[in-house]
Amino acid sequence: MMLEHILVLSAYLFSIGIYGLITSQNMVRALMCLELILNAVNINFVTFSDFFDSRQLKGNIFSIFVIAIAAAEVAIGSAIVSSIYRTRKSTRINQSTLLNK
Amino acid sequence: MILSVLSSPTFVSGLMVARAKKQVHSILFPILVFHDTSGLHLLLGLDFSAMIFLIVYIGAIAISFQFIIMMFHIQIAEIHEDVLGYLPVSGIIGLIFWWEMFFILDNETIPLLPTQRNTTSLRYTFYAIKVRSWTNLETLGHLLYTYYSVWFLVPSLISLVSIIRAIVLTMHRTTHGAVKRQDVFQRNAISFRRTIMRRPTDPIMR
Repeated sequence: MMLEHILVLSAYLFSIGIYGLITSQNMVRALMCLELILNAVNINFVTFSDFFDSRQLKGNIFSIFVIAIAAAEVAIGSAIVSSIYRTRKSTRINQSTLLNK
Repeated sequence: MILSVLSSPTFVSGLMVARAKKQVHSILFPILVFHDTSGLHLLLGLDFSAMIFLIVYIGAIAISFQFIIMMFHIQIAEIHEDVLGYLPVSGIIGLIFWWEMFFILDNETIPLLPTQRNTTSLRYTFYAIKVRSWTNLETLGHLLYTYYSVWFLVPSLISLVSIIRAIVLTMHRTTHGAVKRQDVFQRNAISFRRTIMRRPTDPIMR
């Protein structure tokens, strides 16, 4: 099992996450693709730390912080989505230009 | 071989996250991706990180998303009408991105052409691990609580912010259909004898 295979996997997940984040009209799907991006970054950090830093695992420690940040961001993002849904009854991203009036 | 078994559902599920049509499927595919990521951590020998992924990502984040989708009847299915308009600029950006990715992949590592080349992986052996091996949990604890202890306290403050979010979300008063809550004094004023009564069709009653 080589290093580059896992890096390709994380790069693929990252690009799929960016694709889903940019071309999604729904806020919840955008948040889920953001989780996918953070997951891919975690795989990258952990793989490099495991292959090159087996004694201290600094990348693994940083991935724990990324998990904590991702959980908090999911919490706050879903609070924003639910409050938008309560006032507007729909969660389409196209409608965010309606604030410009 | 195990890596390809683990990563092939990831390839499919990652694509289905962006494209799922039904409401429930759009959260089940990220759960599958997180399962495979956790298995990947197990392959790398990081057991604690694998369990943390299962508990935090699947058990907290995905469940939170599921509740948001279930509670608010959010329509996930969307019509992709205008996606092709993005294609010129985003295609160029995507191609530059992947062109830089391919710098790490030489011809020796992708077995497109089966050349009999002795490839050595980028792993070198530490002999300290054979004397006394530390578990993943011991290593993380050795660093997190001593050197990075201040950094460890900062995500606790961020988790405090997410706790406040959870409270604010349920205390939102000015909603269209008002959030149900209980009045404590009314609850205490209900007496048992006036509330629960027997029906006439009860065979015990005369």
